[in-house]
Amino acid sequence: MSPSSVGVMIELEGLTKRYGEKIAVNNLTFTVRPGIVTGFLGPNGAGKSTTMRMMLGLDRPTAGDVRIDGKHYDQLKDPLKYIGALLDAKAVHGGRTAFNHLLCLAQSNGIPKQRVHEVLDTVGLTAVAKKKAKGFSLGMGQRLGIAAALLGDPQILMFDEPVNGLDPEGIHWIRTLMKSLAAQGRTVFVSSHLMSEMALTADHLVVIGQGRLLADTSMADFIARNSRSYVRVRSPQREKLLDVLHQAGLTAQDAGDGALEVDGGKAEYIGELAARHQLVLHELSPQQASLEEAFMQLTAESVEYHAHSGTPAAPQQWGEGWKKG
Amino acid sequence: MSTPQPPMPQTAPEWQAAESGYTSPIPVVRTHLGHAIASEWTKIRSVRSTMWTLGVFVLLVVGIGLMTGLVIAGQDADLGGESPLGLGFFGLLLGSMCLITLGVLTTASEYGTGMIRTTMVACPSRARVLAAKAIVFFLVAFVVTLVSATLIGMLHVAMLEGNGAKDPSGGEWLKGTVGVSLYLALLGTLSLAVGSLIRHSAGAITIMIGVLLAPLVVALFMFSDSLRDVQQALFEYSIPNQMSVFYANSLSESGPSGWDPVLIMLCITGVALGAAFAVQESRDV
Repeated sequence: MSPSSVGVMIELEGLTKRYGEKIAVNNLTFTVRPGIVTGFLGPNGAGKSTTMRMMLGLDRPTAGDVRIDGKHYDQLKDPLKYIGALLDAKAVHGGRTAFNHLLCLAQSNGIPKQRVHEVLDTVGLTAVAKKKAKGFSLGMGQRLGIAAALLGDPQILMFDEPVNGLDPEGIHWIRTLMKSLAAQGRTVFVSSHLMSEMALTADHLVVIGQGRLLADTSMADFIARNSRSYVRVRSPQREKLLDVLHQAGLTAQDAGDGALEVDGGKAEYIGELAARHQLVLHELSPQQASLEEAFMQLTAESVEYHAHSGTPAAPQQWGEGWKKG
Repeated sequence: MSTPQPPMPQTAPEWQAAESGYTSPIPVVRTHLGHAIASEWTKIRSVRSTMWTLGVFVLLVVGIGLMTGLVIAGQDADLGGESPLGLGFFGLLLGSMCLITLGVLTTASEYGTGMIRTTMVACPSRARVLAAKAIVFFLVAFVVTLVSATLIGMLHVAMLEGNGAKDPSGGEWLKGTVGVSLYLALLGTLSLAVGSLIRHSAGAITIMIGVLLAPLVVALFMFSDSLRDVQQALFEYSIPNQMSVFYANSLSESGPSGWDPVLIMLCITGVALGAAFAVQESRDV
């Protein structure tokens, strides 16, 4: 299969990476399909970056296999034309100018020099092309990394947490760019630890936690399954309202703060229902459970670094532990 | 990573019918070592550390050489039929540290900055990257050393004609220019291999300075008679002494002579490069 015919896909099969005792990536099997944006989601330390490094042949898998277009990454003769990757915007020699950085990458893949000017233009760095990369801001560094990813005009683009640390304008730019790249029929594989970010850009979702696959689903399915919509109602005549709702065939749950959460009814309908029975309402608002909550539930057990909620514990008196021991 | 490839599924999944991939107008090229060499050439000429180390190198070789020549010419000293090429030795010895530094930086600085990941993603053949680096660096170091050594040699011959210096023979010219340049370029390439193995600039430079100086220093402190042979060997095979072999007009009874140093350095560099090639294959970048 040549890279120009049908879309190129990435196949992971039982991919595993072990660092000593610790398993960073545990038996991952999934396929990144062509022509869509696939979100690669997981909490910090879930193994996203390690997985991506193995996809690009940087880290050697302990077990399993990754294939791009049926080949291992190091069998690709001109990899930049298959995959453009932004792993780490800092992976640049700071003493080299933006132009020379891109030029040496282009040369290694036989990409014409003219293309360097084109990608610099695409990411808006033409004005600083002759400036050294170490003087670049985080946003400019990210743009340079994306310019490198676009050099070979590849079918697959891989971005590792591309919006991390960017200002709103930069985030907006990257989102728009990813959408337009996918609209051209390219495959976009993007990692993030923010569900809200993925909800805006991804068509498909691969969720991992502690290196294990937790979900491999279309975004639409994920939303349908996980975003519960309900109506929040508060009334001084709570018991009467419950009866009325029950008669209308609606189920209500106690929200915990005196309000009720009503499933399966529109706010308008509940309001009219209350009016018909002359009930006073203090609150009536449609609610949507956020995808972020759904994501946190999914990954709750696999979060690597738990923060204790609440107030930080007071330090023990010095030497306290000895007495107990 | 040479597991046999499973056969590709014959039936196209349903999504393939709906989506056709993106087609790039950029022609597909089968890349080879030449592409990697072009890339490494761009890299080495586009950082200031190259200009600094090579600039200081030329300055040391030509500057120290000129000063030595001027002092001898000014004192009306008599060289007694010696070849004046040997006067270039001091500058080249000091300059070798610049080549060591540049050699180490060529590989190790990519690990320090993280650039290596970008490099390896663009060119997944690690052997090709290292080979390209070694070839480009060796040629740059060889040409710069050859030009500097030839220049200062010609200056010395011209300056010291009246001081009883003999006209160097063709063989002496060859050893004093091509020979010593091969030796120093190989020493730099050894540093490049060490940089790739250690992946840490300061550490690799320290090791190489140690390799350059330690044998001589250790030999100086071997007072005991029982260590006389060891001391002798350390002295004869130390890098500074091997460099001086290129200017020796008489063969010493023991130790390297003639073109031996080039062969010795070629072997050491070959072993170190071989180790670097082998080790990088299994490492995570």
